[in-house]
Amino acid sequence: MTPPIISVENLVTYYGRHQVLKGVSLAVEQGEILVIMGGSGSGKSTLLRHLLGLHAVTSGKIEIFGKNIQTLDWREEQEFRRNIGVSFQGGALFTSMTVGENVRLPLQEHSRLDEQTIAIMSRMKLEMVDLSESEDLMPSELSGGMIKRAALARAIVMDPKLLFFDEPSAGLDPVVAAELDQMILELRDAMRMTMVVVTHDLDSAFQIADKIAVLDQGEILQIGSVEMIKQSKHPRVQALLQRQIRTTQFDPDEYLERLMSGSGRK
Amino acid sequence: MECQVSQQQDDIVIIHVKGEVDLCTSPELRALILQYLKKSKSVLVELSAVAYIDSSGIASLVEGYQLSRQHQLTFALISVNKTVASVLKLAKLDKVFQIYPSLYDWQQHHSSSQ
Repeated sequence: MTPPIISVENLVTYYGRHQVLKGVSLAVEQGEILVIMGGSGSGKSTLLRHLLGLHAVTSGKIEIFGKNIQTLDWREEQEFRRNIGVSFQGGALFTSMTVGENVRLPLQEHSRLDEQTIAIMSRMKLEMVDLSESEDLMPSELSGGMIKRAALARAIVMDPKLLFFDEPSAGLDPVVAAELDQMILELRDAMRMTMVVVTHDLDSAFQIADKIAVLDQGEILQIGSVEMIKQSKHPRVQALLQRQIRTTQFDPDEYLERLMSGSGRK
Repeated sequence: MECQVSQQQDDIVIIHVKGEVDLCTSPELRALILQYLKKSKSVLVELSAVAYIDSSGIASLVEGYQLSRQHQLTFALISVNKTVASVLKLAKLDKVFQIYPSLYDWQQHHSSSQ
């Protein structure tokens, strides 16, 4: 059996004294789309940043492509970066470069391909995200949805084996969001990409996910297929699916402690 | 990736591609395509044994096709397997290239159009 592309074991992390992830474990198989769902402050962005190797873990282990990403040497780190693509929520485009220059940049930095090949590859990706006429525009001239699509084009320009996608549909109109979902599925099928998508868009999650991990207050409440999550009896999972307001226990003493010393969160 | 070149009569070259065409291997395919388009009237790329092709491989095919059009040469893809077909479709190139199920089909089409 082939090992999973991503394996996370008992991941624990703190911001200061605040425990953000409380022992997260999950696995993502080759060609699978894992959707990480959760409300604001659930720890999903922190988990994503850990998977990208951007934070040191407090304890636990993250293996990607069979290697512990905390202990990669320089060469392994370069290979890891070549094999992943990231589409950040805000786009993270270089504002001093055109859209085309942004999309071409990873290929120019990480490959030795001919410039003509690079130009064709980047234009193919701009075509895929329907931005072919925006190649010469600056990021400041794009709408929010166009920035997101340009960021996706850049993320996939090297045909990564593993694509991380932070909030693909946030800020997009429903039609464009649905088209993007379709493209995510086509990319997985045609390019055999494995994907981790962070979203709180239920429709999108149910459309694209092979597996959904529901994260809440730093813990995975449940991980399973779309059907399993839809039929979950877990009250917090159901609350998230039905957009219920969460009720947390109110501790007056702890609240006073927070107001007085600012260190009430444990 | 492995490429084998076979020459047919009437100045036809077939490049048989096998294995994975990716960022590392596609420059070799590109060089072969461009090289044979400089000396042959017809270049066919046979893709039945391709296990994986990324967009750098597809870009090499695009370059070949473009060059063939500029010089009124023939450039076609034959025996395109499912793997390659899905990437061509994703890149919206399945309607752009001349694609034939087999060499025989290409020959039939080519002889009837002459």
